[in-house]
Amino acid sequence: MESAAELDEGLAVRVELTVNGERLEADAWAGESLLTMLRDRLGLYGSKNACEQGECGSCSVLLDGALVCSCLVLAAQADGHDVVTVEGLGDAEQPHPVQAAFADAGAVQCGFCTPGLVVAVADLLGRVPNPSEDEIREALSGNLCRCTGYQKILDAVRMASGA
Amino acid sequence: MSAPAGTRVLERGHAATTRRRHDAIPKATGQFAYSSDLHAAGMLWGQTVRSAHAHARIVDVDVSAALALPGVRAVLTHADVPGRKTYGLEFPDQPVLAIDRVRYFGEPVAIVAADEPEQARRAAAAVRVEYEVLESVVDPERATEMEPLHPDRPTMGHGYRDDPRPNVVRSLVIRRGDPDAQGDVTVSGFYEVGQQDQAFLGPESGLAVPDGEGGVDIHVATQWLHVDRDQVAPCLDLEPERVRIHLAGVGGAFGGREDLSMQIHAAMLALHTGRPVKMVYGREESFVGHVHRHPARIWAEHTATRDGRLVAVRMRILIDGGAYASSSTAVISNASAFAVGPYGVDNVSIEGLAVYTNNPPCGAMRGFGAVQTCFAAEAQMDKLARELGIDPVELRLLNALEPGGRLATGQVVAAALPTKEVIRKAAALPLPEPEELPRETIRLPGGAGNTTRGEGVRRGVGFAVGFKNICYSEGFDDFCAARVRLRPDGSAVVHCAAAEVGQGVTDVVLEVARRELATDAVELAGGSTAAVGSAGSTSASRMTWMAAGAVQLACREALEERERRPGDEIDLERVYRHPRTFPLDPETGQVTDGPAHVALAVAAMRAVVEVDVELGLTRVVWIGTAQDVGHALSRRSVEGQIEGGTAQGLGLALMEEIQTRDGAIVNASFTDYLVPTFLDMPPVVSELVEDPEPDAPYGVKGVGEPPTVVSTAAIVAALRDATGVDLTRVPVRPDDVAGLDRR
Repeated sequence: MESAAELDEGLAVRVELTVNGERLEADAWAGESLLTMLRDRLGLYGSKNACEQGECGSCSVLLDGALVCSCLVLAAQADGHDVVTVEGLGDAEQPHPVQAAFADAGAVQCGFCTPGLVVAVADLLGRVPNPSEDEIREALSGNLCRCTGYQKILDAVRMASGA
Repeated sequence: MSAPAGTRVLERGHAATTRRRHDAIPKATGQFAYSSDLHAAGMLWGQTVRSAHAHARIVDVDVSAALALPGVRAVLTHADVPGRKTYGLEFPDQPVLAIDRVRYFGEPVAIVAADEPEQARRAAAAVRVEYEVLESVVDPERATEMEPLHPDRPTMGHGYRDDPRPNVVRSLVIRRGDPDAQGDVTVSGFYEVGQQDQAFLGPESGLAVPDGEGGVDIHVATQWLHVDRDQVAPCLDLEPERVRIHLAGVGGAFGGREDLSMQIHAAMLALHTGRPVKMVYGREESFVGHVHRHPARIWAEHTATRDGRLVAVRMRILIDGGAYASSSTAVISNASAFAVGPYGVDNVSIEGLAVYTNNPPCGAMRGFGAVQTCFAAEAQMDKLARELGIDPVELRLLNALEPGGRLATGQVVAAALPTKEVIRKAAALPLPEPEELPRETIRLPGGAGNTTRGEGVRRGVGFAVGFKNICYSEGFDDFCAARVRLRPDGSAVVHCAAAEVGQGVTDVVLEVARRELATDAVELAGGSTAAVGSAGSTSASRMTWMAAGAVQLACREALEERERRPGDEIDLERVYRHPRTFPLDPETGQVTDGPAHVALAVAAMRAVVEVDVELGLTRVVWIGTAQDVGHALSRRSVEGQIEGGTAQGLGLALMEEIQTRDGAIVNASFTDYLVPTFLDMPPVVSELVEDPEPDAPYGVKGVGEPPTVVSTAAIVAALRDATGVDLTRVPVRPDDVAGLDRR
């Protein structure tokens, strides 16, 4: 990726950040989003790019504990900050309870929206352990899903919240 | 319900209710590789230069400035297409790269490859294309009077009715009985359906890797691997076996991945540069990168006796196919064949017409023509019920088409079609109690916008019934291959090229193999044209049936082979075909030597809405549906299809429309093209009606499309009930229902 620097001479930036507990650094083009950096520079493909303008939530990550669309954050803005992606929540051996609930409830179809939703639900349940249906719907209204009609996702959130 | 002879019916609700989908945890943990997640050492990034006009002559293409930019490795035009210059799902009428003319906004003109995606984007922007803008054909009603966009008439012949007018993709007539038959009451209407986008979340993308010997491996998100190969190979001037298509993770499809997108382009760039090439469309590009649901205009006239029996249905259906044929010939056939709805009527006249225009190309989308005509036909049934003073549900029951009855095409319904049962069950679902005021704004039309406290909010209830065919029709040789490797230790590997697009067909494959082989030690091999024969397309609600049939057949024969050769590894491939279908008569649209459709599926739906008639804002409160599902292999997966399919129909009813200006899409983003969110979708109560399909393995039926067919019609019926407005166009806009309480 050395050509990132050549793209706009003098506009390449070195970004140092913590991702899923690990200190990482990479060179980025100055106009690059955090999402692009996570995927194409750091090889973390779990966060998805579906709209590039913060409408679909597929790229949701936690930035210093706050839920953000990583497509709307510049890579350079994440310099020195802490990022948690879907990969940081759990893996196949030890899935996060939200990830397990999505699998158990049948909330995963094509799954392209799932990583973003998993991060958003983990964030919601961290703030509101037992959300009402209205709270769930409102909190997740920034995450588009084209396959499920949201019902099984609602089931998954209830399952994960223990409600 | 007893099992049809010769089939083994799985216990209801077996499998997925207890077992997670095999891909659920990989997807939920971010480990599942979608086509946009692929990468390879030394990989280049491809980008497409697209037409800025809907219709223009190309005067000159100058690639020199683009080639001179840093990191750029290739800039290719039509002159660089190694083989056939055109391709197409049904008819090769679409240039791989525009030759001397562009016919739609966003049509590919050139392709570039560069080291970095941003370099590729800049190079694409630096390709200079000089256009001479031509008059566009944008009004489908005038298309047959305009200059032909395809003077060579690529879709003529093929057993279709001859229609010599310019820009006809397919013209079709269905005539049965006496279309002028008189009844006591006649209602008529004109209906319009806007252009809907599949809006799958995973954009078109893939990775092409040259094999160093002149061939290429293409990893892509598609709905039918082998039909991709058969279109790609001739354009690359390669034998089919030197083009290997592998299924990458698919982020939704809904018909939008039936046609090719970046497959040939990425392969050309890879073969030209000798390096792997990745292409990923952005969302704006995705809107011009795939075909859409056909916009439709429908004129309908229904005649009935005073006691409510349909006497005659006359309809004229016009769909706008856009610039290239895609699957328009099949879409107009479906739209016409199912236009009457699941009702018996002896006298029918239907004229269907698909035209070429310079609008965005249209092709397959969930429901495939039946969505558009269901909206019109169900509005007509409600109108008739009102005119006759008969309850709309009763009117539908009175005319319900059941086995033994005839379709508009004259085909006798021989298979399962529990129309009355789905109507009765949907109508019997208890409606939610009206919600009191005051209440949370999120539970009012306008929601978080905080636009009302409930004054001016009216409630309405609607009902609709819809049906369509399952599997490919009209004589198409529809088959699916499966390959089973049985190891001496009893474990097995199953190959099937059925495209998993999110619906769960790979779990069907695994479950059938586990059941048939009586072992849990079954692995699923990745889908690839290199390892197994064609599975046919993940479309037409056919893949569960076809894959189950093929895997069942291969497993059973593998077990027989093992009896003969105990201790050996068995590796065999078998091809499954559903019962044969036959073409329609081109002049009458009536069946010829046998049925044109192998099976049908029907759904009934009840919707409750609220409308703020002061502001035109709407809220769908509740949906209840009963659907004919044959036999549900997994209740949870079937419900998932019903809920998701209903959401797409809700989108078409209320918000989803591609808007064009002189053929150019003006809302190509998720900011401007609205897809239903968590706040737009109500709870859906699904009643599964299990009436096993006699010819299908385990009695299964496809379930993905009926909910999309019926939900638009049901929701708009509820909006009419709430407002008293005769809504004849979808999506319904706030202006259509605002301003006056016209009940």
